[in-house]
Amino acid sequence: MKSYWKTNLKYLMILLIIWFLVSFGAGILFREELDAIRIGGFKLGFWFAQQGSIYVFVILIFVYVRLMNKLDQKHGFNEDQEL
Amino acid sequence: MSIQTWTWILVGITFSLYIGIAIWSRAKSTNDFYVAGGGVSPLANGLATAADWMSAASFISMAGIISFGGYDGSVYLMGWTGGYVLLALLLAPYLRKFGKFTVPDFIGDRYYSNTARSVAVFCALLVSFTYVAGQMQGVGIVFSRFLEVDITTGVIIGMVIVLFYAVLGGMKGITYTQVAQYCVLIFAFMVPAIFISIQMTGNPIPQLGFGGADEAGVYLLDKLDGLHSELGFAEYTSGSKSTLDVFMITAALMVGTAGLPHVIVRFFTVKKVADARKSAGWALFFIAILYTTAPAVALFSRTNLIETVSNKKYDDMPEWFTKWETTGLITFNDKNHDGIIQYVDDHEMNELDVNRDIMVLANPEISGLPNWIIALVAAGGLAAALSTAAGLLLVISSSVSHDLIKKMIKPSISEKGELVAARVSAVVAVCVAGYFGINPPGFVAAVVALAFGLAAASFFPAIVLGIFYKKMNKEGAIAGMVVGILLMLFYMTKFKFDWFGGGTKDDWWYGISPEGFGTIAMIVNFIVAISVSKFTADPPKEVQEIVENIRVPSGVGEAQNH
Repeated sequence: MKSYWKTNLKYLMILLIIWFLVSFGAGILFREELDAIRIGGFKLGFWFAQQGSIYVFVILIFVYVRLMNKLDQKHGFNEDQEL
Repeated sequence: MSIQTWTWILVGITFSLYIGIAIWSRAKSTNDFYVAGGGVSPLANGLATAADWMSAASFISMAGIISFGGYDGSVYLMGWTGGYVLLALLLAPYLRKFGKFTVPDFIGDRYYSNTARSVAVFCALLVSFTYVAGQMQGVGIVFSRFLEVDITTGVIIGMVIVLFYAVLGGMKGITYTQVAQYCVLIFAFMVPAIFISIQMTGNPIPQLGFGGADEAGVYLLDKLDGLHSELGFAEYTSGSKSTLDVFMITAALMVGTAGLPHVIVRFFTVKKVADARKSAGWALFFIAILYTTAPAVALFSRTNLIETVSNKKYDDMPEWFTKWETTGLITFNDKNHDGIIQYVDDHEMNELDVNRDIMVLANPEISGLPNWIIALVAAGGLAAALSTAAGLLLVISSSVSHDLIKKMIKPSISEKGELVAARVSAVVAVCVAGYFGINPPGFVAAVVALAFGLAAASFFPAIVLGIFYKKMNKEGAIAGMVVGILLMLFYMTKFKFDWFGGGTKDDWWYGISPEGFGTIAMIVNFIVAISVSKFTADPPKEVQEIVENIRVPSGVGEAQNH
């Protein structure tokens, strides 16, 4: 039980750091620096603010879903078996 | 066929669809009414959440706001999507495990206090009423612009439809109509976007066309930056807000999104904890389709608009220009009497005012798309407004029937009585919302920002601490919520309504706008809650056990009427 919660908190920490970096980091705080880099018609900082951060958000949730489903299984919290 | 005939046909078809679904899925128990029986699949719940979340503002106004604000509009894009990460990681799975019907339910039980429950009910009602008035107004606007009926009739038609499926179907009816509404609204948003993207960049995917180039090989974003500096506007890709303010507003919108009761309750409708996580992922996926397209639409329509009107002869303007002029959404005042439109940032010289809502509503006309696509936009706008209104009405009616009547005033009420109470409060709520839709109070726009600030300053810290900090007690949570709300209300009323001596932009604390102040109020809530809880008694043992229990997913019951 303790190790389940600890692992969960570790996952949360890592995913939320990425969440912060792509939006508040790349899209806001370091936007001007990143804008010097260009990908096609986009300045990179602007792209993160209006496109990239949103894609990463979606990926983050599905990664969390996968990680937690595995963790649930490992600890025998598979809800399907109990219901 | 004319635009109007097409609009009547499409609106008629979609409305009959919603009513049909409502009859098929009507609620038979409080469980059906509050949480759709608790057996909605993650994919369906994701679709419904997306429709619930994307309001008239997302559909009609957001692309326009970005269009005029450029980079500044990013706060909405990141703020209204990033909140789902918080929701999926920090709130949804645990609240689902807790297994109750409403957000005040969680607050009241976790903090073993009816005072905490009342504070939560108050916030839920305040947030939801503000929001729903805006939706009804959106319904009225779409009806009046596309079907040329007056706003009052439009709002009443909208009220009757929502009333029908919300009252009859409860959460169950709402869920399945929202699934249909998502399909209508996303189709209506994407079709014109794809056509315009092809026209302007040759690329059918708007997200890629966004970074694409025109026929001459100039990237659209560079071209628009150039046009903007020529006309004196702030550079499109840089905007004009300070970095600190962009940071604060984005954070307030994210946290507010995660704390909005009508979004949170959607996660009570799935079967198990794993489904709650998964459906948050699906919800954001479906929302992201619109949210990554909107900035592309913003760019296309902004470029289109400037190229069509700037320094052109007024007499040469296309038909749509005069049509929207008659609605007052475009106004041209030829100050120097040269018959040419000067559209510049300088207030003295500028001759053209364009309402931001036009960017989505008139975009198909500006690009010369066929009539059925223009009509489709009307049906999509209605779907967006109605789906959000229905979700909010449910929060209002369950706050009254469940949290107030069943939990506080008359616990002995029978299930049948509670169901009647829920339906009656839904009817009353629709009427109040309709009234505000027809007579919109001038402060609606100001108060919508307040709704996010309030949700951020009250619910979010109370719920997160309730899950992640076992020792959080009722004294801490109540103190945190009350201080958070009061601080938010103070700042908002001071700078929006000129209370407490008022103040201008220059008086903002550290340059933080009222929209972004929710972040500060939230941080203060966390600090107050934790400090107070350190000096007061630990929560009772049973409560600490509840917290232990919601942290693991096994043995989840159906959402029950305990």
